Amino acid sequence: MIAAQLPALQVVMPLLAAPLCVVIRRTAPAWSLALVVTWACLAVSIALLIQVLDGGTISYEIGGWAAPWGIEYRVDLASAFVLVIVSAIGSVVMPFARVSVVREVAPDRIYLFYTMYLLCLTGLLGIAITGDAFNLFVFLEISSLSSYVLISLGRDRRALTAAYRYLIMGTIGATFYIIGVGMMYMMTGTLNIADLATLIPAVADTRTIQVALAFLTVGVSLKLALFPLHLWLPNAYAFAPSVVTAFLAATATKVAVYVLVRIYFTVFGAVQLLETMPVRGVLLGLALVGMFAASAVAIFQNDVKRMLAYSSVAQVGYMVLGISFATVTGLTGGLVHLFNHALMKCALFMAMGCIVLRIGSVHIRDLDGLGKRMPLTMAAFVVGGLSLIGLPLTVGFVSKWYLVQAALEQDWWPVALLVMLSSLLAVAYVWRIVEAAYFRPVPAGAPAVQEAPVSMLLPMWLLAGACVYFGIDATRTLEVATNAALFLLEGVR
Amino acid sequence: MELPGLFTYWIVVVLMMTGFYVVIAQGNLVKKVVGLNIFQVSVFVFYISMSKVKGGTAPILEDGIEVYANPLPHVLILTAIVVGIATTALGLALVVRIRETYGTVEEDEINAREREP
Repeated sequence: MIAAQLPALQVVMPLLAAPLCVVIRRTAPAWSLALVVTWACLAVSIALLIQVLDGGTISYEIGGWAAPWGIEYRVDLASAFVLVIVSAIGSVVMPFARVSVVREVAPDRIYLFYTMYLLCLTGLLGIAITGDAFNLFVFLEISSLSSYVLISLGRDRRALTAAYRYLIMGTIGATFYIIGVGMMYMMTGTLNIADLATLIPAVADTRTIQVALAFLTVGVSLKLALFPLHLWLPNAYAFAPSVVTAFLAATATKVAVYVLVRIYFTVFGAVQLLETMPVRGVLLGLALVGMFAASAVAIFQNDVKRMLAYSSVAQVGYMVLGISFATVTGLTGGLVHLFNHALMKCALFMAMGCIVLRIGSVHIRDLDGLGKRMPLTMAAFVVGGLSLIGLPLTVGFVSKWYLVQAALEQDWWPVALLVMLSSLLAVAYVWRIVEAAYFRPVPAGAPAVQEAPVSMLLPMWLLAGACVYFGIDATRTLEVATNAALFLLEGVR
Repeated sequence: MELPGLFTYWIVVVLMMTGFYVVIAQGNLVKKVVGLNIFQVSVFVFYISMSKVKGGTAPILEDGIEVYANPLPHVLILTAIVVGIATTALGLALVVRIRETYGTVEEDEINAREREP
């Protein structure tokens, strides 16, 4: 029965396809294989989501070893939601990649690009699906190591130093994570997340567990680029090939946010962590500072990819803000923003990919009059930008609406006010690009520029369209996110 | 009192902080990778120490062996060592390419060169 094996297939398919790409070596077949596998992954994750919606949590024992001794794959609503986000972005980026990669990656390395892309996808899907804390570390490292390679493939030489810096910071983050897992293992003797959740309350007051929590929080925060641990992110996103940025910006930090949610609401769910320990204040404070500081820095960036990278740091702030509320509305806002931000950021970075393809630069001075020269690309950019601001009828509005509501529920009206104020900063940096593209004349003597090819426009507009579609009719996404939030908070309430 | 028993944990702390300090303070990219290795090794020692059971032997299935160390952390650390090697190899490979393009492995010189147009 194939339906019962879906959790294993989800991870094994891209894992096996990755070395096949190395064997194939030729660009076109490697791309075709990656395309087929990523779309198959999307199909599997949607099937899993439907199974979970119908029949509740799925538990899959790898190799037939019973949990908590064996490794368990556990698909509940939260993980199924993240699986769909990751595999949807992974598959939509693929058709876009074919042309863009040829432009931005050295020709003899393209097959390696697809190998690393599939490995990265494996790691990210694995993090979301696994129910074992140590297995999660292994997948974390699979995705991280491959993303270092992906970033270093950028043509700019600064891509190398950016990848190196990310490697150092990422490894410290992952090592902090296993220190935390080790300490939890010391106290409970188990690595299974569901098992940990039942055993932690008895030992929650020990210093070992508190130190473990600190290590886990800092380690995962490094990965999700929570301000002020975001220093690796801007350069990594700015100098990586556009496809890589589009993929990582939409998935890597989101999966790390998911890990944080797992630790706080599943592993430490029964302890009411956010109420009993001073974690909430720290998260809330850092999220708010991040929203403003990163947005403010973004306004002054002249490299548009770097600008969007700083905006990503700010947007991670919104997600962490949602977590820090620890209420259904707040967590729903945070989770739905995972999905929404993945859509908009991927579309925005794809627009950057189109611009790099045709113009070769994303410096703001090169964008003059681009609204006339590449109308479809810039229009998609505007849609993504409006979502980033949180204008009604776009997805950004839905998430911010929920975050503001969650803040008002708890009478934290200054927080609600700050969420809205920070959107104004987004207006400032998005406006800079709109102004350059639409209100400045095409520079005299500029070479004629073609619109991007259909294979790139189509995925970009698919995501931009989804930004509007899920902004107008958010019932489906909100239903899943609300139920996932309820499910996660069952431990808390 | 507890010092001999906790000796390995003190080693863990010292190694961890040494490695962490080297990663932060060193400007040489190769030395940073070395620091990262020391940092990771401290975690390996940490896992191995906690699996030790007082009076226990190696976990081998044999007559007469009843008290033995917990083998699971050993296995976990085998995996972590593999991950560590992969990270080191990738880090050093990046350093080689940085050296090829920038002509140096010193962080301040690289920063100076990045600021040039």
